[in-house]
Amino acid sequence: MTAIPDPARRAVFAVFRGPRVRKFMRHRLAMLGLVTIVLLTLACFAGPHFLPYDELYIDLRARFSPPLSGGHILGTDPLGRDIAARLFSAGQISLTVGFTAMVLSTLIGTAIGIVAGYFGGWTRTGLMRMVDAFLSFPSVFLMLTLAAFLKPSPAMITIIIAVTSWMEVARIVEAEVRGQAARDFTAAARMIGAPHWWIMGREILPNVMGPIIVAATLTVARAILLEAYISFLGYGIQPPLPSWGNMLNNAQQYLDSAPWLAIVPGVAITLAVTSFNFIGDGLRDALDARSVQ
Amino acid sequence: MTDPVLSVRDLRVRFRSGGRETQVVHGVDFDIRGGETLALVGESGSGKSVTSFALMRLLPEAPRCRISGSVRIGGVELLELSERRMAAIRGPRIAMIFQEPLTSLNPVHRVGDQIAEAIRFHRRMSRSAIRARVIELLSMVGIPDPARRMHAYPGEMSGGMRQRVVIAMALALEPDLLIADEPTTALDVTVQAQILELLKDIQRRTNMAMLFITHDFGVVAEIADRVMVMYAGRIVEGGELAEVLSSPRMPYTRGLLGSVPRFEDAGLRSGPLGTIEGFVPSPDALPQGCAFHPRCPHARPGLCDVDLPDLTAVDGTGHRVRCLRASEPLATENTEVPA
Amino acid sequence: MIRFLLHRTLQGIVLILIVSMIGFAVINLAPGGPLSQYALTPGISQADLERIAHQMGLDRPLPIQYLDWLSKLIVGDWGSSYRDQSPVLSVIWRHMWATLLLMGCATVISVVLGTLIGVLGALRRYSLFDYVATVGAMIALSIPTFWFGLIAIFFFSLELGWLPAGNMYTVGDQSLGDYAIHLIMPSAVLALVNVAIWSRYMRASTLDVMDQDYVRTARAKGLPRWRIISAHIVRNALIPMITLAGLQLPTIIGGALVTETVFTWPGLGRLFIDSLGYNDYPVIMGLLMFSAILTVVGNFLADVGVALADPRIRLG
Ligand SMILES: Nc1ncnc2c1ncn2[C@@H]1O[C@H](COP(=O)(O)OP(=O)(O)OP(=O)(O)O)[C@@H](O)[C@H]1O
Ligand SMILES: [Mg+2]
Repeated sequence: MTAIPDPARRAVFAVFRGPRVRKFMRHRLAMLGLVTIVLLTLACFAGPHFLPYDELYIDLRARFSPPLSGGHILGTDPLGRDIAARLFSAGQISLTVGFTAMVLSTLIGTAIGIVAGYFGGWTRTGLMRMVDAFLSFPSVFLMLTLAAFLKPSPAMITIIIAVTSWMEVARIVEAEVRGQAARDFTAAARMIGAPHWWIMGREILPNVMGPIIVAATLTVARAILLEAYISFLGYGIQPPLPSWGNMLNNAQQYLDSAPWLAIVPGVAITLAVTSFNFIGDGLRDALDARSVQ
Repeated sequence: MTDPVLSVRDLRVRFRSGGRETQVVHGVDFDIRGGETLALVGESGSGKSVTSFALMRLLPEAPRCRISGSVRIGGVELLELSERRMAAIRGPRIAMIFQEPLTSLNPVHRVGDQIAEAIRFHRRMSRSAIRARVIELLSMVGIPDPARRMHAYPGEMSGGMRQRVVIAMALALEPDLLIADEPTTALDVTVQAQILELLKDIQRRTNMAMLFITHDFGVVAEIADRVMVMYAGRIVEGGELAEVLSSPRMPYTRGLLGSVPRFEDAGLRSGPLGTIEGFVPSPDALPQGCAFHPRCPHARPGLCDVDLPDLTAVDGTGHRVRCLRASEPLATENTEVPA
Repeated sequence: MIRFLLHRTLQGIVLILIVSMIGFAVINLAPGGPLSQYALTPGISQADLERIAHQMGLDRPLPIQYLDWLSKLIVGDWGSSYRDQSPVLSVIWRHMWATLLLMGCATVISVVLGTLIGVLGALRRYSLFDYVATVGAMIALSIPTFWFGLIAIFFFSLELGWLPAGNMYTVGDQSLGDYAIHLIMPSAVLALVNVAIWSRYMRASTLDVMDQDYVRTARAKGLPRWRIISAHIVRNALIPMITLAGLQLPTIIGGALVTETVFTWPGLGRLFIDSLGYNDYPVIMGLLMFSAILTVVGNFLADVGVALADPRIRLG
């Protein structure tokens, strides 16, 4: 198979090389997002070691302590648990769920998009109509329905998020692949009798990596948001396991007396989601062939 | 002699993008009188459209594009007008027909409304008077059944019909000057001839001045009174039609003429010129000296690649040429043309 | 036009069929399936479950069950609520108006503000305004709607006391003004994300149109600036936005769900959450199907809207 000119393998690395990296680094908001995410991740995974309280320690004498009192940097919750400690370990869960859901949904979306774009015809019509159908459901409705039927463990929540958010990736990949499938090297590979899976995986996939990476980044942002939505509504990650979403679960009833309960986790979610969106935007500028002109 | 309708002096256009500045038009001078047609000829990319957009101030705004020099129409300096006052000039004083007949009309408005719009914002006229005028214009440009066709959308018309609509629109206010930027290039030959006929006819009736842009000398010969040849943002030769066509002095002009078979009998072809080898240089990589010298069969090393020639008169008829070797006798040519 | 409409109607019907299959799969392929709520009843035996399954026809092959379920769906027999035995469609009907009111207001806000911000951003590209609008939209897209609601309640109800913290009206005072004042915060909160989305797309669409030859023609005619912007730029840039409005329907319905929860707004979102709490599966499934069908119908209407606004499609 060495006879085939292989722009594919080079393209994988080209995605990350030279002017593209520089273009991304020049994107100030994307760099800001990247730094924020790195710091946030570090804080969530290393932070708990530096705090005096752990996230499950209940101190009923210290209920509703406002931030910066009694060693509680961000205050305490209705059970007197330290919010900073809970925020960090909640972050571990939320970020992990968001990231894993992204990986899953990107895999599903990419597979469906490539197959639809490569084979075209009825395969494409069928698959893309299915994408349209999935997109017709408000994803929060679909997720809540599934979560209500299924046992909401973190793994199940991750799967549910993935199952309801692969469609964007599929659409993007399908559109890109349709263009690629018509190109010379694909035809050349087909002519020497390369199997379909080989052409899709080795010839086409590397050439559509750029858009996939961009979509994947934006999917992390979306997945973190979706986890927050269903956990806030009580059907996501279940207490006592903390997540950014379920920390807000009871915040509304204490909004008057303990507003920090609502403010702190919400800021964390917004920060994380904004950062991923900024990174995605920067990646799009750097990787999108159309914007490299 | 009457005052010129349009008078352009030292017109320069610079574009800026990505921190780099590119000059596309390098000091262009010309006049056009009422009833007269001046043809502006040159290969693709030589700056013809940019020059004409500059006259109408249709180029992007200040930081992205800078225009300098002087453009006067009926004594008014256009380059100093506010955008608002300029809008009042466009239409009644200068109008324009564009190169792209298929995309020059807004696809979501009826063609009649688009013509009416050109009138409505300049003249106080009743709806019915405007309507009558639109029908009159459409029949003038040769659109059959105008009262019905005015309700059509551009998408329902052929390219030739759409170009007629654009012409009707440009003529709606009987402008002093009409700029026609390759109005026929995108159309087929029969339509092309009809449209040229139409423009000549209208000009005869209204004494309108016309700047006609093309890269086709065949069209020039049909319509122009005077010719100006443009290369890389500069005028390289200009003069009366007959003068330029019968004794072109600039090798570039001769090259362009060589690609028009119709003029072979005029005894123009003294060498194997045919088409001109090479391409118009990119505006941000102009060669030193005469911009044409890398492609010129008569270029003399040490002369043409050093000094930029001026546009100088060659005789009393107003024939001017930008070539260091224009005054040398033609007889030497054949021996110097590389085989 | 007729052919176009027929084509789109056909596409819509196919889409609704696929949607119904997904909906059916969700109920039947979930562990426990439609029987799960009986399984929770204390003291129920396996034999009882099987009897119920037989009564409900659950022992028949899946395709038969699907066709049965679908035909009932088509004739409007969507089952009845476990809570009060009233038919699902009438429950949905009762709660629909509050949601439509909320969504309508939010849509008006997002279209007006989004168009304005998008067009201004495009006209003054790379200006400070454009930059702030771009960054602002990205942040707005990243804020969880329910959290924004909480913060809004904290400031405008609890701290400032300007607006009510929830509900659709004050008991005893159901005047128009009372409705209006209750509507402000939830519709603004629901609109936030959509303003962001709308303004981004409108900016891109406007930039696209500004480069078109016909805009240059309009300038060459000597039209005043406002006329060029309104009749030739915005007019054309809005056409793709009609499609976007259809595509955004699920987002705004999903947003309504959380907004209604935060603001105790008595609409479909509240109904959904309450039904989840009661394991009221017929209503849950009804709402799921209803929202998807609403989206398909909304997209169809958007297609018709585009055809009406764009002669290239209407006549082509
Ligand atoms: N907006 C712009 N920004 C930068 N450069 C431009 C711009 N518009 C035109 N140019 C450059 O100016 C040069 C002249 O272009 P112009 O369109 O005037 O050519 P032309 O003589 O009209 O050619 P044609 O016969 O193809 O219409 C070209 O090199 C073009 O790339
Ligand atoms: Mg041109």
